[in-house]
Amino acid sequence: MSASSAFNDEKGGSSSVGEPEYGHDPASGGIFSSDYKRHDDLKEMLDSNKDSLKLEAMKRIVAMIARGKNASDLFPAVVKNVACKNIEVKKLVYVYLVRYAEEQQDLALLSISTFQRGLKDPNQLIRASALRVLSSIRVTIIVPIMMLAIKEAASDMSPYVRKTAAHAIPKLYSLDPEQKDQLIEVIEKLLADKTTLVAGSVVMAFEEVCPERIDLIHKNYRKLCNLLIDVEEWGQVVIINMLTRYARTQFLNPNINKTFYGSDEDEDEDEEEKEKKAEVAAMAKRKPYVMDPDHRLLLRNTKPLLQSRNAAVVMAVAQLYFHLAPKAEVALLILFEMISTLYTCGMFEPYLKSFYIRSTDPTQIKVLKLEVLTNLANETNISTILREFQTYIKSMDKDFVAATIQAIGRCATNIGEVRDTCLNGLVQLLSNRDELVVAESVVVIKKLLQMQPEKHSDIIKHMAKLTDNIQVPMARASILWLIGEYCEHVPKIAPDVLRKMAKSFTNEEDIVKLQIINLAAKLYLTNSKQTKLLTQYVLNLAKYDQNYDIRDRARFIRQLIVPTEKSGALSKYAKKLFLALKPAPVLESPFKDRDHFQLGSLSHLLNAKAGGYQELPDWPEAAPDPSVRNVEVKESVRAVGTVTYRDTGALWGPQKMEGSEGCSFPRASDSASGSESGSGSEESGSGSESEESEEGSESEEEEEEEEEKDKKKKKKELKKPVPETESLVTDLEGLSLSDSVLSPATIAPSSVLKNYELLHRITGEGLSVEYCFSRQPFSPDANMVAVQMQFTNSATSDTKNLHMEDVKLQSGMRVKEFPEIGEREPEDIQCTAMAVMGIDFCDSTQAANFQLCTHTRKFFVSIQPPVGELMRPIFLTENEFKKEQGQLMGMNEITEKLTLDAKCRNEHAIVQRVTTAANLSRVPCGSDKECRFAGRTVTSSSLVLVTVATKEEGAAQLTVNCEKMVIGTMLVKDILLALTQ
Amino acid sequence: MIHSLFLINHSGDIFLEKHWKSVISRSVCDYFFEVKEKAVDPENVPPVLQTPHHYLISIYRGKLFFLSVVQTEVPPLFVIEFLHRVADTFQDYFGECSEGVIKDNLVTVYELLEEMLDNGFPLATESNVLKEMIRPPNILRSVVNTLTGGSNVGDTLPTGQLSNVPWRRAGVKYTNNEAYFDVVEEIDAILDKSGTTVFAEIQGVVEACVRLTGMPDLTLSFMNPRLLDDMSFHPCVRFKRWESERVLSFIPPDGNFTLMTYHVSSQNLVAIPVYVKQNINFFETGSCGRLDITIGPKQNMGKTVEGLMVTIHMPKVVLSANLTATQGNYTYDLTTKVLVWDIGKLNPQKLPNLRGSLSMQAGAPKPEENPSLNIDLKIQQLAISGLKVSRLDMYGEKYKPFKGVKYLTKAGKFQVRT
Repeated sequence: MSASSAFNDEKGGSSSVGEPEYGHDPASGGIFSSDYKRHDDLKEMLDSNKDSLKLEAMKRIVAMIARGKNASDLFPAVVKNVACKNIEVKKLVYVYLVRYAEEQQDLALLSISTFQRGLKDPNQLIRASALRVLSSIRVTIIVPIMMLAIKEAASDMSPYVRKTAAHAIPKLYSLDPEQKDQLIEVIEKLLADKTTLVAGSVVMAFEEVCPERIDLIHKNYRKLCNLLIDVEEWGQVVIINMLTRYARTQFLNPNINKTFYGSDEDEDEDEEEKEKKAEVAAMAKRKPYVMDPDHRLLLRNTKPLLQSRNAAVVMAVAQLYFHLAPKAEVALLILFEMISTLYTCGMFEPYLKSFYIRSTDPTQIKVLKLEVLTNLANETNISTILREFQTYIKSMDKDFVAATIQAIGRCATNIGEVRDTCLNGLVQLLSNRDELVVAESVVVIKKLLQMQPEKHSDIIKHMAKLTDNIQVPMARASILWLIGEYCEHVPKIAPDVLRKMAKSFTNEEDIVKLQIINLAAKLYLTNSKQTKLLTQYVLNLAKYDQNYDIRDRARFIRQLIVPTEKSGALSKYAKKLFLALKPAPVLESPFKDRDHFQLGSLSHLLNAKAGGYQELPDWPEAAPDPSVRNVEVKESVRAVGTVTYRDTGALWGPQKMEGSEGCSFPRASDSASGSESGSGSEESGSGSESEESEEGSESEEEEEEEEEKDKKKKKKELKKPVPETESLVTDLEGLSLSDSVLSPATIAPSSVLKNYELLHRITGEGLSVEYCFSRQPFSPDANMVAVQMQFTNSATSDTKNLHMEDVKLQSGMRVKEFPEIGEREPEDIQCTAMAVMGIDFCDSTQAANFQLCTHTRKFFVSIQPPVGELMRPIFLTENEFKKEQGQLMGMNEITEKLTLDAKCRNEHAIVQRVTTAANLSRVPCGSDKECRFAGRTVTSSSLVLVTVATKEEGAAQLTVNCEKMVIGTMLVKDILLALTQ
Repeated sequence: MIHSLFLINHSGDIFLEKHWKSVISRSVCDYFFEVKEKAVDPENVPPVLQTPHHYLISIYRGKLFFLSVVQTEVPPLFVIEFLHRVADTFQDYFGECSEGVIKDNLVTVYELLEEMLDNGFPLATESNVLKEMIRPPNILRSVVNTLTGGSNVGDTLPTGQLSNVPWRRAGVKYTNNEAYFDVVEEIDAILDKSGTTVFAEIQGVVEACVRLTGMPDLTLSFMNPRLLDDMSFHPCVRFKRWESERVLSFIPPDGNFTLMTYHVSSQNLVAIPVYVKQNINFFETGSCGRLDITIGPKQNMGKTVEGLMVTIHMPKVVLSANLTATQGNYTYDLTTKVLVWDIGKLNPQKLPNLRGSLSMQAGAPKPEENPSLNIDLKIQQLAISGLKVSRLDMYGEKYKPFKGVKYLTKAGKFQVRT
C-alpha cells in the first residue's frame, strides 16, 4: 500500500516537473515544422482521423528509418499518435520513438504518460510493450519513472512482463549507472523467480549490471541448474557462461592432483564413451578429492544440451566442460577452441577425417582445420595426415599451401619418427615452381635442420644450390644462415656461396645482406684462410651501405672478428659468440597463448580483451562453504521436484524426490516449474495464507460426513511419517495459489483447493485416490478442466500400470487420460503419486465415469464437478463488467436475497468464500459495498458474472448473470450455501 | 549484446539498418567493406572483425551480408546463430531471403526485428510465437486489411510465449490431420584420384510437416536407431526418452520444422552411389589441355540416380572449353571459370561421358593442380545410411492422422580429387 502511494507521489512529482517542458514543446515543434516542408503529406496523413491513412504514413516513415534516412522532423506529428487505438500504428510509433527519442528528449516526454497508462493495462502484452518502449527511450529525465516501472513490473503476475522488466534493467543501468544498488535489489528479486521465461533474461541483466555479486547466485544455483534444460536457447548460453564463472569461484579444481593433459588424444574414441570411461577411471584414481554434488549437478544437467540444435549452446556447454570438468572428461573438447567460428554442429565430431579439407572451403576454415589436424597428429595417424597434407600442397590457394607447410613442420617437430620423412618431402618442395612455396619450405626446413644438423649435410648442400634460383629474401636469408651455422658440415661449399653472395651483395634485400655479413663472419672464424679477403670485401661493401643497420653491423663485426692491436679482450671470444650452440626452435601454433580467455568468448577469438569481458577466476584453494546454496526445505523440494518438459521422458525419475511428484503430463510439470510467482516475500505470504485457509476449510467441513473426516485424518496420518510428501503437498497448494495469480485473470486471492475422494482406501484395497480441480489451464486442450489426482498406496503389495479404461461419458464430453503410471511401492517415501487429467464436461455437471485399472484390479469410479469448477476466471475492468452485465439482463439474471453468515461479514471473507465455491476472479469495484466476480465457462466460454451487494446487518443480495441459465441457477445455490454457512 | 544490424547486399549497399540501443553511424561498416574488398570471395570474409570501438560479426546468406555490431564481450557463436535465425525467419515468412523480398516487406521485417531482440538480447525467436504477433503477409489478408482497416499485428500475448511448449500454439485446428516426415541424407565425401574413398560421412536431417489438431504427443521410432550418432534435436524432443529408449517423443510445433539432424560416422561404411573415371591433363606446350569424365553407378541399392551434375572450378588460366557430352549439356562460365555439366538421370546402360579439349592462356605456365570435381546427385526413396522409420504413434488426441515418410539421398560436399 505504501509502495503504491509512494508511486503516486512520485508520479505527481514527475508530472509537475514535466509541466514546464510541455509548455515549451509547441515552440520547438513549430521550429521543426517551419524548417522542413518536404514531409507535409506525411504529416497530413498522420493528422487525419482515419487509421488506415495513419498506418500508411507510419509504414512509409518506418521504411525511411530502415533505409537510414532521417525522419526526425516528423517527431511531433508522430508522437501525437502514441495513444492511437490501432495496434499496428501504435507499434510503429513505438519503433519511431525508440529511434528518435534520444535526439528529441523534450518532445519525447509527451509520450510518457501514455506508457504509464499502458503499464496498468489488463493486457499483459500491452503492459510489457509499454515497459519495453519506456525503458528504451534514452531520456535521462525519466530515470525515476523507469525505476518505478521496473520495480512494479518485477512483481507483475505475468512472467512475460517480468521478463521484460529483466530486459529493462541493463537499459536503465546504461542510462544511469547510479541506480545500480536499486537495480541489484530488483535483480535479486527476479533471480528468485522460478519461471524458465524469466531466468535467461535476469541472468543476462545480472551479467551486465553486477557480475561481481556472485553471492546473489548461491540461493538460486540449484534452481538454475534444474531449470536450465527448459530455458530458451539464448538464455541457456548466458546462464551456462555465468555458471561457469560461478563454479570457478565455488568449487575445487577437479584436476588438482593430475598432470595436465596433452593435446594428442586418441581421437578414435567416441567422446561420450570416453567421458564415461574417464569418469570411472578418474573416480578410482582420485581419492582425496570428492566432487561437490552441486558441481556434479551442473555437469550432469548441462550434458544433454550438447545435443541442442543451437551451436552457441553447444559451444557454451563445451567451454563449461573445458573449464570445469575433470580434464579427462573433456579430452577432445579442447579442439573447439580452434573452430569456434565454424558454423557447423559437426564440430563435435571427434573424428580426424572430418577435418579433411575440401578445395571449396573458405581459406580461414581451411587454416582452422589444418590447425586441428596438426594438433591431432600423433605417431599412429601421422602417415595418413601427411598423405593428406601432400594433397593440400598442390592446392591453388597459396596462402593455404604456406600454412600447410608450416603445419608439416610442426608435425615433424612434435613427432620425432617422421622428421626425416617430412624433411624429404619438404626438400622435394624446394623444386616447386611457386616461389612462395619454396620460400616457406626453406624457412621450415631451416627450423627442422637445427634439430639435428649433422645428419643432413646433403640437404644443406642442396639448399646451397638453390641460392641461385630463389629470389624470396626470407628464404635466401634462411639458407645463408643455415650454411653459416653449419659451415663445418659443408666446408667446401660454404666459401663458394659466400663468393657468389659477395658478388650480388649490393642488389640484395636488407635481411639477406645482414645474413651475408653473418655468414662471412662465421666463415672467417672457422676458415679464415680461404675467406679472409672475401670477408673483408663484404664488410667494406657493407660499410658504405645505405642502411645504417647494415653499416652498424659491419662495423661491429669487423671490430669483433678482425684482430687489431686496438681490439680488446672480446675478440678472443668471437668464436664462442658466433658459433654457440643454439637451441632448436619450437614450432608453435599461431593459435597458442589464447587459453587465458574463456573459450568461445569474443575475447578468445580475437585474442584481445573485449569490453565487458569477465575474467574467469582461478579455482579457489579451499572450497567456500557449500551450505550457502542450501535453501529452505520447502523450496529445495520444489527445486529438485521440478520435472521439466524435456525430462519427462522417464516418468518416474531415478531420484526419489522426483518420483514422488512424477508429473506425467508436460503441462503438469509446467505448472510445477513454470508458474510460481516471483517474489520470495509474496510467496511466503501466500504460503501462510494457504495454511490458514486450509484450517479454515477444515473447520467448515466439520459438519460433513464422518467419512470425509476419516479421509482427512488418514491424509494427515500419511503425511506425518513422510516429511517430503507433506512439504510437497504444501508446495503444491502454494503452487496452485500463485498459479491462479499468474493466469492473467485473477486478482482475488484464490483459496485452497478442495479435495474429493475418487476411491476409498478400503474399496481400493489399499489404493486410495483423491482428486481436486487444480484450476490451472489444461494445456493439451483449453476446453478441458484439469483434474489433479493423488494416488496413495497404503497396501503391502505393489501397484503397477495404473491407467484408465472404459470411459463412459455423456454425449459431447471428452476426456484426456493421464498416461499410465508405473510402479507404486507400498509404504515408503514414494507411496504417493500425482497425475493430471483433463475432462471436457460440456458445461454440465454430469459425471464422467471410467474404470481405474491397476495390473490386478479394476475399479469403477466417477468424477462429478461442482458447477463452480466449470468456469475459468477472466479479467474485466469495472466498465467492461457493467457493460457485459447490461447485456445479460432478464432471463439471464438471477437474484437472491440472503443473510450472510456471522463469520462472513467483511469483504475479505466474502471474496474468499465465493472464490472457493467457484473459479472466478474478482473485478475491481469502486464501492466497498459490492464485490464483483467474473469468469467464463470452460467449454462454451459464456460469461458468468457474480455480484454480491452487502447491506446492513448481514443482509445481502446475490446476483448472477449468465447466458446458461442452468449454470446460473446452480451457481446461485452453491454460492448461497457458501455464504450463509 | 547485439547493438545494431545492417543488411548489406552483394554490391555493398546498406539497404536496412536497425538499432536496438543508441544509434551507431553506418560508417562503421566501412571497416567491413575494406576487408570485403580484400577477400576475393564473399565466403572468405572473416566472420568477426575488430574495429577501434566496435566488433563486427557477420554472416553471408543468400547473397546478403547480415552484419551485426557489438560493443562488449559476447560469445560470437551466439551472434552468428542468432543472425542465422533471423535469416531463417525471413525465409519462413517470405519464402525466400533475398534483397528484393526484404525491401518489399520492409515494415514487416522491421517489426520482426523489433520483436526478436530487446535491448540486443533475443526475446522471441520461435516462429510460431512470432507468427501470432506479426502475421506473415498474404494477398487475401492484405486485401481484407485495406478494406477493414485491420492490422497484421496481434494484440494479445501469444500463448506459446508463456507455455512450457513455446513452439506450439494453442487451439490448432485442421480438417485434414496429417504428419509427414522427410528423411534427407547428404553424403559428404572426398574421393581421391584413383577413386578410393578418402573420407565419407552422412549428414542426415529429419524434416517434418505436421498439421495436427489440438495438442498431439507424437512418438517416432526407428528400425535401426543405433546407426545414428551426434544428433541434435529440436527443443521439443525429450532427451530422456531418447537416451533410454531411442525413440523420439515430442509435442510437435505446428507446420514445418526440423525435428533432428544427425550424423552417420565414417566408421560405418558409407555407400558411395556413383563412381567417376576422370582424366584431366594440361600439356606443358601448346597451352591446351584434355578432359575426359565418365560417371557410372556404384552402390545405389537398385535406385536410379537423378539430378546428376558435375561442377568444376577451373584454374584461372583456362580460357575456354570445347567439349562434347554424350548426355546432358555443359556450360563454361568465362568469368568465374566454372564448368557445369548437367547430366540428369544416370542410365546404367549408357554411361554419360564428357570429353574434349581445354584451351589455355598462351604463355601461361601449366597449372600445378588439377581442379577437383564437385558432384551433385539425388536418389529418391532411399536413405543411403539404411535408416528407416518404423512407426509413428500419436497420443493425446482421438482422431487418426494421415502419416507418411519420404526418403531422399543427396550429395552434400561430394568431391573427387584429380
